[in-house]
Amino acid sequence: MPQYAALIYSTDLEPSDPRFAAMMPGYNAFGHEAEAVIRGGAALYNNATATTVRVQGGKGGDVVTTDGPYADTKEALTGFYLIEAADLDEAVVWAAKIPAAYDGGCVEVRPVVDFG
Amino acid sequence: MTSPVDAVERAVREEFPRILATLVRVTGDVGLAEDAVQDAVERALQTWPRDGVPDEPRAWLTTAARRCAIDRARRESLRHGKETQAVWLQDPDPAPPPESVVRDDVLRLVFTCCHPALSTEAQVALSLRTLCGLTTAEVARALLIPEATASKRLTRAKQKIADAHIPYRVPSDAELPSRLRGVLATVYLVFNEGYAPSSGDTVVRQDLVDEAIRLGRLLRDLMPDEPGVLGLLALMLLLDCRRAARTAADGSALRLADQRRHAWDARMAAEGVALVAEGVRRTPVTPDPYVVQAAIAGCHALAPSYEETDWDAIVSWYDVLLTIDASPAARLGRAAAIAERDGAAAGLAEVQAIDGLDHHAWWHGAQAELLHRLGRDDEALVERGQAERLGLNAAALRTLDASLAAPPSR
Repeated sequence: MPQYAALIYSTDLEPSDPRFAAMMPGYNAFGHEAEAVIRGGAALYNNATATTVRVQGGKGGDVVTTDGPYADTKEALTGFYLIEAADLDEAVVWAAKIPAAYDGGCVEVRPVVDFG
Repeated sequence: MTSPVDAVERAVREEFPRILATLVRVTGDVGLAEDAVQDAVERALQTWPRDGVPDEPRAWLTTAARRCAIDRARRESLRHGKETQAVWLQDPDPAPPPESVVRDDVLRLVFTCCHPALSTEAQVALSLRTLCGLTTAEVARALLIPEATASKRLTRAKQKIADAHIPYRVPSDAELPSRLRGVLATVYLVFNEGYAPSSGDTVVRQDLVDEAIRLGRLLRDLMPDEPGVLGLLALMLLLDCRRAARTAADGSALRLADQRRHAWDARMAAEGVALVAEGVRRTPVTPDPYVVQAAIAGCHALAPSYEETDWDAIVSWYDVLLTIDASPAARLGRAAAIAERDGAAAGLAEVQAIDGLDHHAWWHGAQAELLHRLGRDDEALVERGQAERLGLNAAALRTLDASLAAPPSR
């Protein structure tokens, strides 16, 4: 059975923002309702925590990183992998191997909120 | 006699990066480490004037900061009702780390602060705060931004380091060259903003120049074998040695040709020249752009007068530079050297042959000056007008006007 990633665009909130907590009942309700079909997913930290990666000159070329989300509207967010990595550098190495990074697009690496 | 407060401030400025770097390693948290070091500094400001400055200020401050970090971490865990088991919390007074460990700590901090995942402006602000030991208010003054903006920029950067897990680590040998280039670019940016401010009315902002050189010296102590590190420090020293001669009595900038060379700082120049030699000696195959630019500045430093400058050598160094950095700025520098060696007409032809500088004020300024030397004053005035419209720094504009008003000399 195919799986799908649902990427959520909403107000850019830090997890400590009271409005973030205020959204939770709604997400919890959706989570319960869709329990049988959800295979994975995560809440993300706000835009200010993002890093954008691009490989110039095709596969194996120069890895260029920039601060912030990829804001250009020409390309939309089209999917995501959940990667486990020791730190940002390791995550960037993996991100640079994703085809979008060297096929003209880019990969946004963003840390995931740990609710533990 | 220096007051205890001065002694605290001096010790803090000198030791801040080392103490902070140690605390970052111990706690694994840049924000907590910085708060703790700040707490320790305040404690020192209270007790040192009364009890005297301790024999080893760094050890004192490191221990105090460690205890402050423990207090803060315990308060934080109480607030969240969570018990933390971190090992470092158990031992407030371990033996002070040996010098080699401290050195590695600072090196890691350099690469964390200049991590390419942070914006350039965040890297600059963080470097000034953590590696130069400036307070947030001083960072704001240095960057000509409101204190609230500086504070926000620093907080965001530290937040990202923590949330995105930007590593506190020296890059691997494979990554080191590109990561080091980023570090050097950040330091050179700080220098340039001081040496040739892009905004404002002053010829030089010495505070920023001094911070950049302080950073350059720190990098040289940490990475004494890297040609780029030696070249950048040499370049900064060889440009800054002209400090006392760069500004006329009326505050306008003096061109190299008009500077009184006996006012140049000979010791700084000698240190710069020695570093260039060291940088060239350590250059493997591909020349380093900072070493080459420093070599050009070194040719000027070694010339007894403007007229006796070895323009042949300078043009040759520019030729080397263009093989590794064919930027318009490098080509413009070569054109200016050609103008001195072969005459204004040859220089003008070189300047005009550079593409893509139409929107750069200094490209038009350079043409105005060369056209004036050739007696083509109508065209010179048009170029001068372009330079002004494109926002040539007010001090540089005064200098250009002064040379346009003088009889063409060469």
